[in-house]
Amino acid sequence: MEFVFDREKNKEKIEELEFFIAENKDMPGILMPALQETQRIFGYLPLEMLQVISRRLSIPMSEIYGVATFYSQFSFIPKGENIISVCLGTACYVKGAQKILEEIEDQLNIKAGNTTPDLLFSIDSTRCIGDCSLAPVILINEDVYPRLKTDDIKGILDKYRKEV
Amino acid sequence: MITIEELKRIKEEQRPILEKRLIEQGNVNINEDGSIVLNGDYYKKQVRIALKNCGIIDPNNIKEYIAVDGYFALANCLINKKAKDIIEDMKASGLRGRGGAGFPTGRKWETAFLYDADQKYMICNADEGDPGAFMDRSILENDPHSVLEGMAIGGYSIGADKGFIYVRAEYPLAVRRLRAAIDQAKELGLLGNNILGTGFNFDIELRLGSGAFVCGEGTALIESIEGKRGMPRTKIYRTAHKGLWEKPTIINNVETFANVPVIFQKGVDWFRSIGTEKSPGTKVFALVGKVENAGLVEVPMGTTLREIVFDIGGGTQNGKEFKSVQTGGPSGGCIPANLIDTSVDFESLDKIGSIMGSGGMVVMDENTCMVDIARYFLDFTVDESCGKCVPCREGTKRMLETLDKIVSGKGEEEDIEKLESLSETITLGSLCGLGQTAANPVITTLKYFRDEYEAHIQDKKCPAGACVDLVEYFITDKCIGCGACARACPVDCISGAKKELHVIDQDRCIKCGACMEACPPKISAVIKR
Ligand SMILES: Cc1cc2nc3c(=O)[nH]c(=O)nc-3n(C[C@H](O)[C@H](O)[C@H](O)COP(=O)(O)O)c2cc1C
Ligand code: FES
Repeated sequence: MEFVFDREKNKEKIEELEFFIAENKDMPGILMPALQETQRIFGYLPLEMLQVISRRLSIPMSEIYGVATFYSQFSFIPKGENIISVCLGTACYVKGAQKILEEIEDQLNIKAGNTTPDLLFSIDSTRCIGDCSLAPVILINEDVYPRLKTDDIKGILDKYRKEV
Repeated sequence: MITIEELKRIKEEQRPILEKRLIEQGNVNINEDGSIVLNGDYYKKQVRIALKNCGIIDPNNIKEYIAVDGYFALANCLINKKAKDIIEDMKASGLRGRGGAGFPTGRKWETAFLYDADQKYMICNADEGDPGAFMDRSILENDPHSVLEGMAIGGYSIGADKGFIYVRAEYPLAVRRLRAAIDQAKELGLLGNNILGTGFNFDIELRLGSGAFVCGEGTALIESIEGKRGMPRTKIYRTAHKGLWEKPTIINNVETFANVPVIFQKGVDWFRSIGTEKSPGTKVFALVGKVENAGLVEVPMGTTLREIVFDIGGGTQNGKEFKSVQTGGPSGGCIPANLIDTSVDFESLDKIGSIMGSGGMVVMDENTCMVDIARYFLDFTVDESCGKCVPCREGTKRMLETLDKIVSGKGEEEDIEKLESLSETITLGSLCGLGQTAANPVITTLKYFRDEYEAHIQDKKCPAGACVDLVEYFITDKCIGCGACARACPVDCISGAKKELHVIDQDRCIKCGACMEACPPKISAVIKR
């Protein structure tokens, strides 16, 4: 998934990161703190910023990628404003959770684990969330949607579209 | 720059304020000798050294730490002792590392002391990653200065002027408290240049982890501070010889450092009078699982498991039968009920196949399936294996697959042998402690709970009733035919006419347990078997 990184919109954030790098350029082992700072400022590691880090610190992109993929807290894609968690636990699965997931994927035109280009939605699949008697269920942020049918999905998603 | 007189003045000024606050709070006892302990039965049976200030002083106020004699051990060491004396004292105290392996701290420091180098480092390992363990977190959050003081004493003794604390990213409060503590200590001149006018410089920097369990391993931690993938090194050199940036480096655990100032305050003999001959002092445990009073417990080494689990922990919950206690997290083992009188020290736990570990202690009762527990820990190890060496990367995966097979009722006769052979290879062939101990949960459960494996494999039964694929839900003739279960069933596999006995179609049942929950408690017709 490609995300357009808007340099104009992120101007201040970029400056914040550039400042951090300039301040700490000579710190031994700076790469990890630089990645942590990037993730803190942007919520993820934008490719464009990794390139900045690479240039400023003279560390090849391949090495940065190697480090960033090793640690589970780093993410290469931004999280959406609304996080949809589709339960794929046994009860939900038998009651058609896979179909529900596919419907959401089709509606948003992204796969599970990804975020829509407008950063409005991310889709995650989870294990049993303990609401089996209401299966199939999805969670959007903190809200539980029980006993779903594929026809319900569009209406539910629209709610979050309007709210923004 | 602060002087020792100034330090004494702060203490005298702050002590009455602290005591007044504590007396108003009403939950502590101030003893004749000036020591302060928390009230209550839970604490009465404990001996607190590493946790002695936790819950008593305000961690955000360095003056309260000074009011309970904080930083006097450092002052005394810097002013009255040579580096060599400190190392001799540490060796004499017999303090052993609290991070897992129990290596004698004095001997470790001596190695680094003996190497000549333009730069040496002191690192505090605060990556506490064992699931269910939170001893170090509690020390960092409630008594950060004790760790800083311990590190400074260590730094002075080995000749290091720079320290790092590597904290896991999941502990944001600990990070904030440490930052504040370092700033305050620097402001007072208890860290930084020319500490207490002795010419000793010592600075501490924080480095954060980013969610990799293996970074708790010493050389992986060093790689991570250097800004690389946190993979363990092949151990050609000791880190005390060539560690961080190839310089002599000492890594100790949070709790180890927290013990150091107390040893220099109260003396080696006092310390040795607690615990056992080979394991002096205390150990903090995170007592969790199916135990009545879960929480942090600090007891003298040599206390028995029974005293910890039953006398302090209050035994199992709801009067269930006690089955096992697990120590040492994913590297440790499951100790069966008949060994509950084992004393807790490095040697005794080792002898029965478990380890002291960093202090996780999980209590299990009759409803815990031991095969499933082994599977749980293996699942963790597979996730966290860094992938550098084959036995750990591939071996743990094959083991997990085999355990998955067994708990889902597809186990075969030869699986036990396969697990045993894999255990041996992984233990002997892995590069670092993660792999070398990964099989321990399997080895110990096979040793002490073999019958449970056999029940899963031969009879396709889970004696604890925990493995979903091996239990079935069944409606007894207590059923009044109210239909609550049928309405709750997510897969509509319960049938029966109104006011008549209902039946579960076992072929379609997904064992979610919704029917058992839905059945009115007065009736309780649904059982798990
Ligand atoms: C996979 C793995 C994880 C570890 N995690 C930690 C940890 O989180 N904290 C810790 O202090 N020691 C941990 N250790 C032990 C360290 O390697 C090292 O022995 C210890 O920090 C030394 O300090 P000590 O002598 O004070 O115990 C871990 C070891 C391994 C193999
Ligand atoms: S399986 Fe979805 S809530 Fe349990």
